[in-house]
Amino acid sequence: MSAIDYSQKIPNNVNLNSDRVLQRALEQWQPNFLSWWGDMGPEGSHQHDVYLRTATSAEPSGWAHFDYVKMPDYRWGIFLSPQVQDRKIHFGEHMGEDVWQEVPGEHRANLRRIIVTQGDTEPASVEQQRHLGLTAPSLYDLRNLFQINVEEGRHLWAMVYLLHRYFGRDGREEADALLQRRSGQEDNPRILGAFNEQTPDWLAFFMFTYFTDRDGKFQLCALAESSFDPLARTTKFMLTEEAHHMFVGESGVSRVIARTCELMKKHNVEAPDQVRALGAIDLQTIQRYLNFHYSVTLDLFGADQSSNAATFYNTGLKGRYEETKRGDDHLLKDRGYKILNVVDGKLVEKEVPMLNALNEVLRDDFIKDSEAGVGRWNKVIEKAGLPFRLTVPHKAFNRQIGTLSGVRIAPDGRPVSQEEWNAKASEWMPTAADRAYVASLMGRVVEPGQYANWISAPLSGINKQPLDIPYVRFN
Amino acid sequence: MQPSVPNVDYRTEPAKYRHWRLSFDGPVATLAMDVAEDAGLRPGYKLKLNSYDLGVDIELHDALQRVRFEHPEVRSVVITSLKDRIFCSGANIFMLGTSSHAWKVNFCKFTNETRNGIEDSSRHSGLKFLAAVNGACAGGGYEMALACDEIYLVDDRSSAVSLPEVPLLGVLPGTGGLTRVTDKRKVRHDLADIFCTSMEGQRGQRAKDWKLVDEIAKPAVFADTVKKRVLELAAQSDRPAAAKGVQLTPLERNDSADGIEYRYVSVSIDRNRRLANLTVKAPEAAQPTDIDGILKAGVNWWPLRLARELDDAILHLRTNELEVGTWLLRTQGDAAHVLGCDAALDAHQKHWFVRETLGFLRRCLARLDVSSRTLFALIEQGSCFAGTLLEIGLAADRSYMQALPENAPSLQVSALNFGHYPMVNGKSRVAHRYYDDAGEIEAVRKTLGSAISPADAQKLGLVTGAPDDIDWEDEIRIALEERAALSPDALTGLEANLRFGITETMETRVFGRLSAWQNWIFIRPNAVGEKGALKVYGKGEKAAFDFQRV
Repeated sequence: MSAIDYSQKIPNNVNLNSDRVLQRALEQWQPNFLSWWGDMGPEGSHQHDVYLRTATSAEPSGWAHFDYVKMPDYRWGIFLSPQVQDRKIHFGEHMGEDVWQEVPGEHRANLRRIIVTQGDTEPASVEQQRHLGLTAPSLYDLRNLFQINVEEGRHLWAMVYLLHRYFGRDGREEADALLQRRSGQEDNPRILGAFNEQTPDWLAFFMFTYFTDRDGKFQLCALAESSFDPLARTTKFMLTEEAHHMFVGESGVSRVIARTCELMKKHNVEAPDQVRALGAIDLQTIQRYLNFHYSVTLDLFGADQSSNAATFYNTGLKGRYEETKRGDDHLLKDRGYKILNVVDGKLVEKEVPMLNALNEVLRDDFIKDSEAGVGRWNKVIEKAGLPFRLTVPHKAFNRQIGTLSGVRIAPDGRPVSQEEWNAKASEWMPTAADRAYVASLMGRVVEPGQYANWISAPLSGINKQPLDIPYVRFN
Repeated sequence: MQPSVPNVDYRTEPAKYRHWRLSFDGPVATLAMDVAEDAGLRPGYKLKLNSYDLGVDIELHDALQRVRFEHPEVRSVVITSLKDRIFCSGANIFMLGTSSHAWKVNFCKFTNETRNGIEDSSRHSGLKFLAAVNGACAGGGYEMALACDEIYLVDDRSSAVSLPEVPLLGVLPGTGGLTRVTDKRKVRHDLADIFCTSMEGQRGQRAKDWKLVDEIAKPAVFADTVKKRVLELAAQSDRPAAAKGVQLTPLERNDSADGIEYRYVSVSIDRNRRLANLTVKAPEAAQPTDIDGILKAGVNWWPLRLARELDDAILHLRTNELEVGTWLLRTQGDAAHVLGCDAALDAHQKHWFVRETLGFLRRCLARLDVSSRTLFALIEQGSCFAGTLLEIGLAADRSYMQALPENAPSLQVSALNFGHYPMVNGKSRVAHRYYDDAGEIEAVRKTLGSAISPADAQKLGLVTGAPDDIDWEDEIRIALEERAALSPDALTGLEANLRFGITETMETRVFGRLSAWQNWIFIRPNAVGEKGALKVYGKGEKAAFDFQRV
């Protein structure tokens, strides 16, 4: 084959240089990926020099190599967390057996589906966010957006690696299809609903990275428990990058809140229209964005009772969040779990077999984790001396999947009639007017150290750099 | 079956028969049934009243082969009984009652294949069969008679033909019984309904009027009537009066714990993966092309020896290796030698010995088709899927061909692929593959005389997939692991559906009934539950049915 030095071009710890299966697959796929990036990657960004973090090895010292890079030249690599010797399957019917280094034929279809579904979200989010660069509130934020974009790209590579390496021709076809679907395209949509929604503005982007990337974190954590060792190791390494995405979300929303509170205090106003008059995003609108993104993300965990979830767990394909830290038998055969059911229009708890409720278990873990960050946002408001508090809506609010999709539930958990829903929807979720207002604030700020009026400066720079360096150089 | 039970060996010879007497009188052979009660293949039942078990059928199958190959002068065969007032009372019910379900189905399948073989020889080889029913003839006994070209029933006011399975046992009348009553003998459906629901069956003139038999004769003239007719049948045949037969010497094989080695066939079993590697080898050197040379080679002529070995291997695996669910079919050797044999088979197809050999190959390949195992063909470097051996690849549920950068394997068709080896649905495997599409068949025919590369094989649709050397190992491993995880029952149904769609013949109906209807009825509580009809038979108890219709 060709004399390309793969380790230079594609940083990896999977012996790409001597793996013909992978080389052959990537020879075709990599140009297609670059062409996809050219078409669907961040708009108008290809000539920018961006201060980016690149993973160059799976050792802690190699996770974060910072330098100015043109994104098409980013060295998307393939990294798996180091192999744990003699790792054993630690849940489900195969518990105690050696983990699998190859895909067992019996589980190929399910594993492929899991990997493809996860993989599809990565390019989808890049597509959803591709216009945001034109309206970044600062070079710092622009750089963060691009960092997330290239890392979503790397996560795509991670999933494609698994497909190429372990799934033969089918895997190559699926990997091609990951580049062919398009977020929001009616005839050719991405697999999951939330990844076909637009990310129209930066508040939506921060909410998305806070909530939806957190779904990603929980899914990756569950997959990091997998008995299919390469999947476990791949997702484990992806988690090191996912943390940054959620940081961008949490700190982003926090900075929006801080700026709003700052202006409210300074001008001593509270009413939303007064806040808007100052060019800030009122806390009520932030609450509505939160309600929307939170509820849409809850749906990503899947149906509250799922035979797939039971199968995936029992066969060892996908564990629970922090499976090893749990003190039960890791078989769950006789255990129950309470889910919400709708009886006569009311929400009632109902106990079902835990194996079937594992989507709900993961969703509840996510809820706990999400609430913590919202608490930190409230601290910002509290510190400003304002009485307003953000809340996460009830988990039955605005659900489209599972038992709860059939009922109308207010953010406080109260069942409401369709009429009341219609009347109050504009108080609970962003309206077209809200979105138009937020959009009207979006304008590109390109001076180093400068920030749009609706957001405050971050607390510190990237990689201990000062705040006023040009994180992105336009060429 | 428990491992402690000895394996069934299908090899036998006339000197060892316990249940049949084979005699010859000029152009007529007589196969007389005289079942030894105490010589059942398994303990636990007595073979009373000329009832049979697999052991009886193995002898019948062997006897037919002896007639075909060792006695070319035979033109017609009488099947009759040496027992007084009993022709044959069918499969032994106590044997069925104590057998595992798999055993029953396997037994029924072999029985039906043997009967199909009788019809096959009548159709292709000029051997005519007459059932001289000289006593009571029930169930499987009547099926055996139905397989013959003609049925003569003694008219003694008591001997009847019957299919008593429904009233007596709560199961369907055999698998070939009811089907042959309609498809072959064209008994009107309402009469067939009465016939199949009455325990005593029909005798005398009414049996003839209903087309259940061809002729009846009083006891005093029965033997002469049969003799007269069997000579008439013999006169229609083109089998040679003076030819010398080819002796079917004992089939040599080396058995080991996990396999059998023959000269041209090798079976090795991977028990962990529940699969058998079944490899067929080409002749080591060119085989004779003229009739004298072929006759001189006789039982060692590659096509015949291959047929005997492959047939034996298939029967062994089917009966003795129930959990080995997948057979990996491979070939090995020089395709030129295989094609040389094909040319000789084609050129001399009218000669009795070549005709019988072709017939044996045809029936052997058909046996492969109806085996309830997953068949995957692996077309690898050094293989010889050419002509007759290509049929093995075409019989497979899937075939994978190595697309190697160099020394890639190839396929090659011969004239024999276009009609000499019909499946049980009456179609060649090539025609069946393309659902009779003339254009696609023609495209394959056009390759006659040249080797087909992996890329072309895929283009022509002759193989399922052609992974290259990088993908090969993983693709095959995963395909096999996936397969091994699926329900064996669902696979049996699926494979049978796909192998014989989309036109039905009497034979496909027989096997379809065996793997679906009969299987279903046989396993329902109404047949095999504690109070099921099959279970209580002979105990004087009445079966207790769940009367809900399903």
